[in-house]
Amino acid sequence: MVRRVRIKDHWGEQRIFTIRSVVAAVVVGVLLLTVAFRLFYLQVLKHDYYAELSQGNRVRTDPIPPSRGLIFDRHGVVLAENLPAFQLELVREQVGGLPELDAALGKLVAIGLLDAEDVGSTKRTILSHHVYESVPIKLQLDDEEMARFAVHRYEFTGVDIRTRLSRHYPFGPIAVHALGYVAAISEQDLKHIDSVAYAGTTLIGKLGVEGAYENQLHGTPGYREVLVNAAGRPVERQGAFTPKLNVRQPIAGADLILSLDMRVQRAAEDALAGKRGAAIAIDPHTGDVIALASTPGFDPNAFARGLTSKQFAVLQNDIDKPLINRALRGAYPPGSTVKPFYAMAALKYGVMTPEQTIFCPGHFSLPGSRNVFRDWKPKGHGVVAMRHAIMQSCDVYFYTVANKLGIDRMHDFMSIFGFGEVTGIDIPGEKPGLMPSTDWKRHAYKRAAEQVWFPGETISVGIGQGYMLATPMQLAHAVSAIASRGEIYKPRLVAAVRAAGSNTLTQRPVEPEPTLTAVTRDQWQVVVDGMELATGPGGTAAAATAGSPYKIAGKTGSAQVFTIAQGEKYHEKDLNERLLDHALFISFAPAEDPKLAVAVFVENGKHGGSTAAPIARKMFDAYLLPDKAPAVDKLPPLGKLL
Amino acid sequence: MIYDEFSPSRTRRTLNLGGRTLRALGLDGPLTGVLAIVVCFGILVVYSASGLNVKMVEHHLGNIVIAVAAMIALAKFATPHYLRLFAPIAYVIGILLLIVVDVTGHVGKGAQRWLDVGFVRFQPSEIMKLAVPMICAWYMHERPLPPTFKDLLVMGLLIAIPTAMIARQPDLGTALLIAASGLIVMLLAGMQLRIIVISIPLLATAAVAAWHFIHDYQRQRILTFLKPENDPLGTGYHIIQSQIAIGSGGLFGKGYMMGSQAQLEFLPERSTDFIFAVIGEEFGLLPCLVLLVLYGVIIGRALYLAMQGQDTFSRLTGGAIALSFFVYVFVNSGMVSGILPVVGVPLPMISYGGTSMVTLLAGFGILMSLHSHRKLIGS
Repeated sequence: MVRRVRIKDHWGEQRIFTIRSVVAAVVVGVLLLTVAFRLFYLQVLKHDYYAELSQGNRVRTDPIPPSRGLIFDRHGVVLAENLPAFQLELVREQVGGLPELDAALGKLVAIGLLDAEDVGSTKRTILSHHVYESVPIKLQLDDEEMARFAVHRYEFTGVDIRTRLSRHYPFGPIAVHALGYVAAISEQDLKHIDSVAYAGTTLIGKLGVEGAYENQLHGTPGYREVLVNAAGRPVERQGAFTPKLNVRQPIAGADLILSLDMRVQRAAEDALAGKRGAAIAIDPHTGDVIALASTPGFDPNAFARGLTSKQFAVLQNDIDKPLINRALRGAYPPGSTVKPFYAMAALKYGVMTPEQTIFCPGHFSLPGSRNVFRDWKPKGHGVVAMRHAIMQSCDVYFYTVANKLGIDRMHDFMSIFGFGEVTGIDIPGEKPGLMPSTDWKRHAYKRAAEQVWFPGETISVGIGQGYMLATPMQLAHAVSAIASRGEIYKPRLVAAVRAAGSNTLTQRPVEPEPTLTAVTRDQWQVVVDGMELATGPGGTAAAATAGSPYKIAGKTGSAQVFTIAQGEKYHEKDLNERLLDHALFISFAPAEDPKLAVAVFVENGKHGGSTAAPIARKMFDAYLLPDKAPAVDKLPPLGKLL
Repeated sequence: MIYDEFSPSRTRRTLNLGGRTLRALGLDGPLTGVLAIVVCFGILVVYSASGLNVKMVEHHLGNIVIAVAAMIALAKFATPHYLRLFAPIAYVIGILLLIVVDVTGHVGKGAQRWLDVGFVRFQPSEIMKLAVPMICAWYMHERPLPPTFKDLLVMGLLIAIPTAMIARQPDLGTALLIAASGLIVMLLAGMQLRIIVISIPLLATAAVAAWHFIHDYQRQRILTFLKPENDPLGTGYHIIQSQIAIGSGGLFGKGYMMGSQAQLEFLPERSTDFIFAVIGEEFGLLPCLVLLVLYGVIIGRALYLAMQGQDTFSRLTGGAIALSFFVYVFVNSGMVSGILPVVGVPLPMISYGGTSMVTLLAGFGILMSLHSHRKLIGS
């Protein structure tokens, strides 16, 4: 077999190569054109899109938190201010990964700057921020804590002390239930606040004025554009180029001028010290809340400093419930303080005339009923007309009035004074209390048997017991309507607002509610007379008002905590202190031209006349006789504001 | 004052002098000129892309000096005869070094590619970028064109051995480039059209099979390439950031040393594999197109020189060098602009890094030597 020998054909081979090379060159040209088109697509057609992406890449907008608005009392006394505080902060990016973060938090626990129980929540807060953000770990360090951190500082990377403005309340616990407080923004807060507006802010208002006026107080954050590299670290320039970066300064929050008068507030809190109770003073011609005290209170500075969960638990589990605002949230039977209102109702509906008398034997029974309603005075008051019934707080008189009025008329009349509904004061958390009616009972109960209103239930409501509940705030609101003879205003704590950087106050207009015209001038006077008699010789509050240069009109009350069985007697000394009657006092002064209406409530204070009325007296003195007012530590820096 | 008059004769003399020097060194004037333009442009870009790092630029210049020296030496002294003799030696040495790397190789970037010979670290795979096309050209040199089926199989094997070894390192990108350089020789040698047509489905099948053998990170690269937005902070980051860089550059660019993507390090590998994006961002579309044209000129001139080769070895080697260069340009620019997957290929003549520069200029040195050492009369 002959093997085929292939002979090289040089011309042919060169031709093959040339053809192939030309084809290759064409392919090269086409593919390079493809790349060229792709570049055209990216750089011309999609240029705007990518330009925006690249801008977003390189510029990070860092927030500058605004400084929180200040809070003053009506004379310009500073109630809440911002002071620089040393704050322990952590930047996750600089700490490292999760193991390093855990280690850092562990070391903080070891040197006592973090509570072991708070490690979990602290870590969650840190992880909910960007890696490059500085997250506060401990809000206000004291000198000793600063020193302790300084010693161990070399052991930490990414954890350091920074100066920030923090909230400070010069009066500590005084007026805390009116002011509220600020605390670190919690995970729950983050759900309902605008995260953009709060970027960079550490504290948020809770309760009271701080909570209700959060939007005005907080202000508008500014921002600073920062050039960042891919790692998120701020850099000075970009290659040879320093771009122009925008800065917008923050706008501080508005300052609030409260209607509170610190002298009266101070007097109320001093008088309430050691008691559980509430005292509210209202200017009857504007609705301005002059004092709003609830004791025991707590130090709001502790919240601004940041409470450990242990410290918070102690406050929350305190048997005296210092966190509860008794003035707004304590709904108690108002007791005899309702009697002036029912007297007025009796006049308005014509079921009694001022001079009409009844005989009080010390007890009352409905016709055909064996159920006995006792008077507080077992021997009875004898023959009494309206003025003396108020003066002596005769129960039997008002049992009779209640029986004549009927529950629904009582309900309708009391509703005008705001019983059974919130007063609408400009801080949150108010409870509506309860002003019962047949309608209410039909809706409140499920079983038909329970929905029936019994006549006996009306009798109890007639002396502010039974189903009836009112908050101290409602009592103050209602008594100020008597003081003003029918002018009713929505109570308010914030009287004026001063915008950041401005020197002019914007007064908030008073909010009048429909004036009570159904009661005539003479009818008002009958009730006011009764209340003046009550504070005079032989009245229930005589002792507390003795020697005052102005006339106080008032009505005491005590409300049962402990139900006494039929036929049993009430012995104060046998009862546990917390089962004693609550003491109440509503009042205004001067009686003929009232400037201030006051409601005082003392839990388990036994008698309105001996416990509650002296507190009111101190408040009146502070307001009407400024010389006698307790000194207010901080002198007004701005002079008289209101 | 006396002004020198512009003298055409003087200019011509200078040009003649330059031309004579180039010829004496065995260099091709037009090719050398365009390469010089691109390399000089590259120095500027590296300065910016390195974040104005003078040390890196000095190092880059050093690499260029070494690479140019290699190019001149090869152009002057490597005659086609010696090159042909040396081709199998280079191939065998390359294979041996790959084995050494496989056994003792240093771990660089998670892959065994580097060989440390004391004063210099290099990748044996770089040798193969020249050795593989040369061995194929060497094999075909004595045989008539077009290659028989048996020739194709032999060449296929010669290509497959180093390709498989490099893919195992694992360096899929380089392996594919080396396979491509060998394949180019087969195509230029006149591989029949029907074989090409038949091999396409075969290659497709092989690709599917290969899918199951490649590393996870390589699979991820391909998946990410298909949908980069799925993993914007992981593997898709490179592609997204480089497209942002190019796109935001627009027609006129953000200005030299002012590209935010590059200067603020959003662009990864900005001075090496992704340097093309820096050009796109800082200089804009037009310089990019000019650069592509320059690359086209280099490839065209190189192919023209290869066509003038007087024997099969010269032509095939020259053509393979020219087209491999194109493959690098296309794969890199395609990857950076998002039309090809991310395979670690530097942009020829511009990217920072000595190995690529030396290999490429050495290739052009060989190409020019093959051209300048032609015999005046065909044998």
